[in-house]
Amino acid sequence: MSTALDAPANGGRRKLSKKGRVDLAGKTVSAACIAVVVLLVITLIFMVAQHGLATFFVDGINPLALLTGTEWNPHVDDANGMPTVGALPMIVGSFSVTLLSTAIAIPFAIGSAIFVVEVAPKFGRTVFQPVVELLVGIPSVVYGLLGLTIIVGWMRDLTGTTGYGILSSSIVLALMILPTITSLSIDALTSVPRSYREGAYGVGASRWQTVWHVVLRAAMPSLCTAVVLGMTRAFGEALAVQMVVGNAAQMPDGLFTPAATLTSVLTMGIGNEMTGTVYSNVLWSLALLLLIMSLVFIAIIHFIEHKGGLKKNG
Amino acid sequence: MVEASLQGFMGSGSRDVEEPVAHSIKMAVKDLDLYYGDFHALHGINMDIPENQITAFIGPSGCGKSTLLRTLNRMNDMVNGCRIEGSVTLDGEEIYGKEMDVNLLRKRIGMVFQKANPFPMSVYDNVAFGPRTHGTKDKASLDQIVETALRKAAIFDEVKDRLKDSALALSGGQQQRLCIARALAVEPDVLLMDEATSALDPLSTSRIEELAVELKKDYTVVMVTHNMQQAARVSDKCAYFLLGDLVEFDDTEKLFSNPSDKRTEDYITGRFG
Repeated sequence: MSTALDAPANGGRRKLSKKGRVDLAGKTVSAACIAVVVLLVITLIFMVAQHGLATFFVDGINPLALLTGTEWNPHVDDANGMPTVGALPMIVGSFSVTLLSTAIAIPFAIGSAIFVVEVAPKFGRTVFQPVVELLVGIPSVVYGLLGLTIIVGWMRDLTGTTGYGILSSSIVLALMILPTITSLSIDALTSVPRSYREGAYGVGASRWQTVWHVVLRAAMPSLCTAVVLGMTRAFGEALAVQMVVGNAAQMPDGLFTPAATLTSVLTMGIGNEMTGTVYSNVLWSLALLLLIMSLVFIAIIHFIEHKGGLKKNG
Repeated sequence: MVEASLQGFMGSGSRDVEEPVAHSIKMAVKDLDLYYGDFHALHGINMDIPENQITAFIGPSGCGKSTLLRTLNRMNDMVNGCRIEGSVTLDGEEIYGKEMDVNLLRKRIGMVFQKANPFPMSVYDNVAFGPRTHGTKDKASLDQIVETALRKAAIFDEVKDRLKDSALALSGGQQQRLCIARALAVEPDVLLMDEATSALDPLSTSRIEELAVELKKDYTVVMVTHNMQQAARVSDKCAYFLLGDLVEFDDTEKLFSNPSDKRTEDYITGRFG
């Protein structure tokens, strides 16, 4: 009796379990992938934090001295007998090139996005967008090379200085982040519903009024995201900046004097210093600062999207 | 003038207890052909739209009723490959003429769309958008315009305390009345309604219908509807379209009680469509 009942039940289970096995295997593989990624991120943050915080806990450097000090020369001790590790020149340098390059890029990016979405959509789809996507993929060293040979030369002729400095880096960075911001802005404008445009045209608004007062306004959260992503790229870019910024770790006193950024100091220094030395640890601290900044940028993007989403839902 | 008053007299019908009024012709469509690329969407349309009346366009999907409506305020200009032959006049003035300023035309002929499309800004800014577009900057006059428009659209009492709130927070029916207010704020002569109630619940629909009847005192209303009862309830003149042809255009009462074309009869009796 029991065997007769068990047999079909077993058969049924075996049939199910065949499907179930595939299901389980799929779940396991994807869970393993996610686990690796999560582990990687955690390890990375942990490692950067461990080395970066060693500056303060092992070498006994005051975090404020690092963030506000204006002298950078870790091989030499200052008056208090501590290594001279003022990172403010690089912090100021990083923020200046980021803000300046974004300011240069925004009008061009949004202007061209408006052109291809509102004025010449066919040209935009077939010619402009592929070109912009191509530009996104160009390696940063190529931009750096262009900056080094062309922009630094121009600056030199124009100002009579060395040509290296914050303005040169900002222009190179603006070129680099322009495709990113443009591409995302095009997506942002394209996703504005047609009905908004019709509503504006319906009360007699001109094309320009429609774009300026309705389309741009509706796309504002996505446009902000585009700009912040561009800023993130500018802030984190090392190679191209290093090639044109001049690499002088001093407080920038103008747009045309050589300066340094967090990234450029890192790439220049990290290969030359022994692990565990004060210099090396301080560079890790700068890396930690960069990491924190990019987390802040990501948080800003999430905040904007959350706010935009709230608006959409009413 | 004599003709016009005659037409108004005849058009008033039995359910109109008011004094018969003269309804002059507000808009006239003459021999209008419209093409989307190679597709011949409207065939030789002729129609006189009377002032201060509600004219309804009915017909099955794809019959060209919305297309004709969008021809009346040149919204089809923005459609690629759309070509128009023939003439459309507003107060005797050719709207497809070279001197016609499209933006001013759309100020005179407002439009309400199938899906309520308030802008993602405050209730106030939505209504003030049109007047601002046409150069009104003074705060006091804008306040006045916004209030008047919201009152005319029968929504003022519901939103008077929420003028600074996002328009997207309103209900669907409120949003549609807000869109009507937005259209009225630029003081148009004609109001086009493109299936304005098709996405609304019955209660909101009846409010918009009452509103349309109210509005015809001051405006000429042209509405596209897929709802025959709605056309019968609110319109004075009704046009039946089929496959790009204007099959019949007559007083609503006449068209629904005694259609002169067999195809109209089939449609309104539900044998087709």
